[in-house]
Amino acid sequence: MRVFVPGDSAAVSIGANDVAAAITRIDPSLTIVRNGSRGALWLEVLVEVETANGRIAYGPVMPADVQSLFDADFLNGGAHPLARGKTDEIPWLASQERITFARVGIIDPLSLEEYGQHGGLVGLRNALKSTSEIIINEVTESGLRGRGGAGFPAGIKWKTVAQTTSDQKYICCNADEGDSGTFADRMLIEGDPFTLIEGMTIAGIAVGATEGIVYLRSEYPYAISILQKAIELARVFGWLGTSVLGSTHAFDIQIRIGAGSYVCGEETAMLESIEGKRGVVRAKPPLPAIEGLFGQPTVINNVLTLSTVPMVLAQGADAYKARGVGRSLGTQVFQLGGNIARGGIVEKAFGITLNELLETYGGGTLSGNPFRAVQIGGPLGAYFSTEQLETSMDYESLIAAGGMLGHGGLVVFDDIVDLAVQAKFAMEFCAIESCGKCTPCRIGSTRGAETIDLIIQGVKVEENKKLLLDLCEVMTDGSLCAMGGLTPMPVKSAMVNFPSDFLGAAR
Amino acid sequence: MKYSPWSQDAARVLLATLRDEKGPVLMALQLMQKEFGYVNPECVPLIANYFNKSRADVHGVLTFYHDLRTTPPGEHQISLCVAEACQAVGARDLEKKVKAKFPDETADSYCFGNCALGPAVMVDGKLIGRATLAKIEEARR
Ligand SMILES: Cc1cc2nc3c(=O)[nH]c(=O)nc-3n(C[C@H](O)[C@H](O)[C@H](O)COP(=O)(O)O)c2cc1C
Ligand code: SF4
Ligand code: FES
Repeated sequence: MRVFVPGDSAAVSIGANDVAAAITRIDPSLTIVRNGSRGALWLEVLVEVETANGRIAYGPVMPADVQSLFDADFLNGGAHPLARGKTDEIPWLASQERITFARVGIIDPLSLEEYGQHGGLVGLRNALKSTSEIIINEVTESGLRGRGGAGFPAGIKWKTVAQTTSDQKYICCNADEGDSGTFADRMLIEGDPFTLIEGMTIAGIAVGATEGIVYLRSEYPYAISILQKAIELARVFGWLGTSVLGSTHAFDIQIRIGAGSYVCGEETAMLESIEGKRGVVRAKPPLPAIEGLFGQPTVINNVLTLSTVPMVLAQGADAYKARGVGRSLGTQVFQLGGNIARGGIVEKAFGITLNELLETYGGGTLSGNPFRAVQIGGPLGAYFSTEQLETSMDYESLIAAGGMLGHGGLVVFDDIVDLAVQAKFAMEFCAIESCGKCTPCRIGSTRGAETIDLIIQGVKVEENKKLLLDLCEVMTDGSLCAMGGLTPMPVKSAMVNFPSDFLGAAR
Repeated sequence: MKYSPWSQDAARVLLATLRDEKGPVLMALQLMQKEFGYVNPECVPLIANYFNKSRADVHGVLTFYHDLRTTPPGEHQISLCVAEACQAVGARDLEKKVKAKFPDETADSYCFGNCALGPAVMVDGKLIGRATLAKIEEARR
């Protein structure tokens, strides 16, 4: 009999390993599957039992609850205060549109057999029967845009690389996921690593690259170990290596581990880092698609971008673009974090409102205090207020509202938050993480933090606010990359949307 | 955590495993830290010679990355997430308490991807969600 206890590091961080051990101690005959998380992190540790009626969920289970689960005959779906019914019918999950995350939490992450049973490898097999041109057309047609932050159409990037002539091209997967409030890359890799491998293999076939590299941050040790194991299994299976599933295509993947630098998520800094150098941003052109890793044509895509490709190839561009709004097609894997009652992964079509995400899914704040601010799109993203809850969550609407989608993270704050302090942190973070190439970013961020400090202390508030806005303009205009260029976004949005926090001593 | 005592000979053996890697300098430094717990300053000329780089190249990489340290770590290592999502659930208060109690072991981090279950703290490589001082003390044992 199979019992599912997630091995996902978020679940483990609140006791999943102890829960699994406690279950085994009571009944060693049970098979414990360490699946990924279903994404309802507020229900972790979510224990599931496989019954004739489907999977029955219990959560959040702490190690101390395990004996009472056995007492309640949970193995047969018995009643218990933590019982949640059938997992697939939990409204929070059932109402989602899981495409990129279709298998996460459901399958054993390292079982190629289950991967195949749940639709895995269909996209790759279609790609192998196809031509480079058709694959790239399909990806372009689907409207799939980069999920790492910039939202650039994936198919167009691939086409540029495909058109270059070079003996050596690379597929680089950006798994640096440095944005606070984001964890979808990690959960995808920990819960369904073969999907990423499949997406990278398809990209390799499409553009003529035989080498893939995943740049994975050191803060994610479990994701590193799962992906490494998955790569080895794919090699043994005859998927990765000199002949992909018996075809004439060769493709293999290796992992490079980051070293705690946020700016190394910027694509050219990432390339420098993979080359073993300081993570200093490169000027463009040349585009990495033409001169990227070790000077060779390189596709750089985020984990979620690449992991969505197999579905596009399996079900077709039309199926993918049937969802979404305007030029934001398909689904977005939103991540709810911070001071939120029901945090986790919400994959929905673009166009859901901010309010639906925060209220219907998020259930308000964790503290129970009134909600006050939400930062969307990571540390370079804007702070939104309660006035903006009807904003449609898509690339264009968020830009129109003075923000950006970024990697899709939403960080919620209750009414204790001081937005002047948050603005100061944005500047401090930029000072710590700046690669140092541009003066406005390297030095301006430090001056910015000092200026906000003066505003907080009530020193020449109006003058300093003007100075700060001026500095923001210099940073926006005078920075090579979005690190310095977008740090003004959280700062200015805080000033505009929360003016009462910038009144100095009068607060 | 257990590390090997620093030794140039052991370091050379390890570097040999990277001989065929493209762009090996960062990997070499990471390997040194994994084995010895830190990057002994003697590694700089060693790696430079081994991979035919200048000392400045190696030193530049060593000083760029937050993960790399040049002094041996204490018996325990506590990394506190002080990024926004954890700030929203009290990471700053926790930071004060932890740094007061374990000033030599504690370092700042920016996000462990556990932002829905913050504050997040890594103790000796083990991730703790909804962290409290008590949970950190427990994990140090
Ligand atoms: C400071 C900075 C940090 C970034 N961090 C990441 C990251 O962690 N992951 C990521 O995929 N993209 C990150 N990006 C965006 C990348 O530069 C790049 O646009 C992306 O990896 C391209 O893949 P995509 O088209 O699939 O989104 C960052 C950009 C900047 C300026
Ligand atoms: S803006 Fe900042 S991080 Fe980006 S290249 Fe310039 S100095 Fe480096
Ligand atoms: S912000 Fe602390 S774990 Fe992500």
